[in-house]
Amino acid sequence: MTQLEVVRPGLLLTVQDRGRPGLAHLGVPPSGAADPDAYELGNRLVGNPPGAAALEATMDGPVLRFDRPTTVALTGATTPEVRTVERLEVGRCVGGVRTYICVRGGIEVDPVLGSRSTDLLTGLGPAPLRTGDVLEIGSTPGVVPDEPLGTVPGVRLPDTPVLRVVPGPRDDWFTAAALEMLCSEPWRVSSSSNRVGIRLEGPALERAHHDELLSEGLVTGALQVPASGEPILLLNDHPTTGGYPVIAVVRSDDLPRAGQLAPRDSVRFAIDG
Amino acid sequence: MSVTVRRAGDRGSLIELPDNAAAVRVARRLREERPDLVDVVIGHATVLVTWIDEVVDLGVIVERALVPELEIIGRSVDIPVTYDGPDLDEVARLTGLSQEEVVARHTGAVHVAAFLGFQPGFAYLTGGDELLHVPRREVPRTQVPGGTVAIAGPYSGVYPRDSPGGWRLLGSTPTAMFDPAREPPALLAPGDRVRFVAA
Repeated sequence: MTQLEVVRPGLLLTVQDRGRPGLAHLGVPPSGAADPDAYELGNRLVGNPPGAAALEATMDGPVLRFDRPTTVALTGATTPEVRTVERLEVGRCVGGVRTYICVRGGIEVDPVLGSRSTDLLTGLGPAPLRTGDVLEIGSTPGVVPDEPLGTVPGVRLPDTPVLRVVPGPRDDWFTAAALEMLCSEPWRVSSSSNRVGIRLEGPALERAHHDELLSEGLVTGALQVPASGEPILLLNDHPTTGGYPVIAVVRSDDLPRAGQLAPRDSVRFAIDG
Repeated sequence: MSVTVRRAGDRGSLIELPDNAAAVRVARRLREERPDLVDVVIGHATVLVTWIDEVVDLGVIVERALVPELEIIGRSVDIPVTYDGPDLDEVARLTGLSQEEVVARHTGAVHVAAFLGFQPGFAYLTGGDELLHVPRREVPRTQVPGGTVAIAGPYSGVYPRDSPGGWRLLGSTPTAMFDPAREPPALLAPGDRVRFVAA
């Protein structure tokens, strides 16, 4: 069985697949690749079955050593400094923060609740990878599909991407001006953002109700507004319930772009739905 | 009974219900009748549903589920507790009770699991003695050990694993609240009745 060794993990290197949807009622976050489009594309490029586990590199790619020749696809954020002399050096991520390293055969770690994804909020799944970790590569022979893979979407985001949102479920907990402000001002991505959520810096969104909201279920893409008034865009490792009102939710087709937002990027929101 | 359905993105709805018991009934009915739903998540008095493709009208299922039933949903679960938590003294001071009375009131109530969240297997338990409704700590602890039994506001709960936490810590239990290898992985489900027993 092929093995890969982590020589250097970069800033954050995790194993990801399609995550653990359907278990939110147990308090289990969805987890899974934060840019699912890029992850799925990578698996198709190396002929993996859908759902095979890959590596998700964050901002700064890893250095990996394989014990025999293998086929690898890099998708998601561009990595202009890739080197493949004896080992795979991915280098820094550009035009996004997450690059997927899909290896033919998939990463073989023990699944937890049906998924091999690392969940940073709850610790389910394998821990973030460290120097010296050795991972098994699956031996299922990969078949690169004959049919066209479709257009590879450009991964470089525009300078200020626009994410489409559906207002609610608690937009009526805010002043009318708050929703307008959410969709008119550019927001800046805080450096304290991660797979749990993206903190956005900008004007405070004013509440119309000041009652305490009783905890309710949360979806990925929710723009949750804590007491500070600055929204948090929930990503894949978000808690399943929370007591801060959600003013709007990013449309699911735009979540892969949200998963590529980098610290200090600006982002805009537009009502659609 | 009033029900409001709110949008939660393009693939979800949040159903607002009169109380937690109604939410438990609606969630159970939705699970039975709509196996295609991805998630059905009970909140304090809400049910969040998510789907992948087009969803049909949930209204009929919700209406039917709201007809009150006499049937009691949920099991009875005893959780043994060693009451030696670091906040026992402070809870006694905040409530004007002795430590013994705090323990007696915590073990004397039948709690109901209202919903799960925060961490896998963490159940928000309601129905506790009102004298024990104390505010959460102003500064949360960065690390609360797994198995810690705690209270805050109208809730009791057991931390399933080591995690940050702002609740008041009364004691600890060896009972595993969550085990991914178990079926179901979570010890408690909404509607379950929980009694804490002094070990």
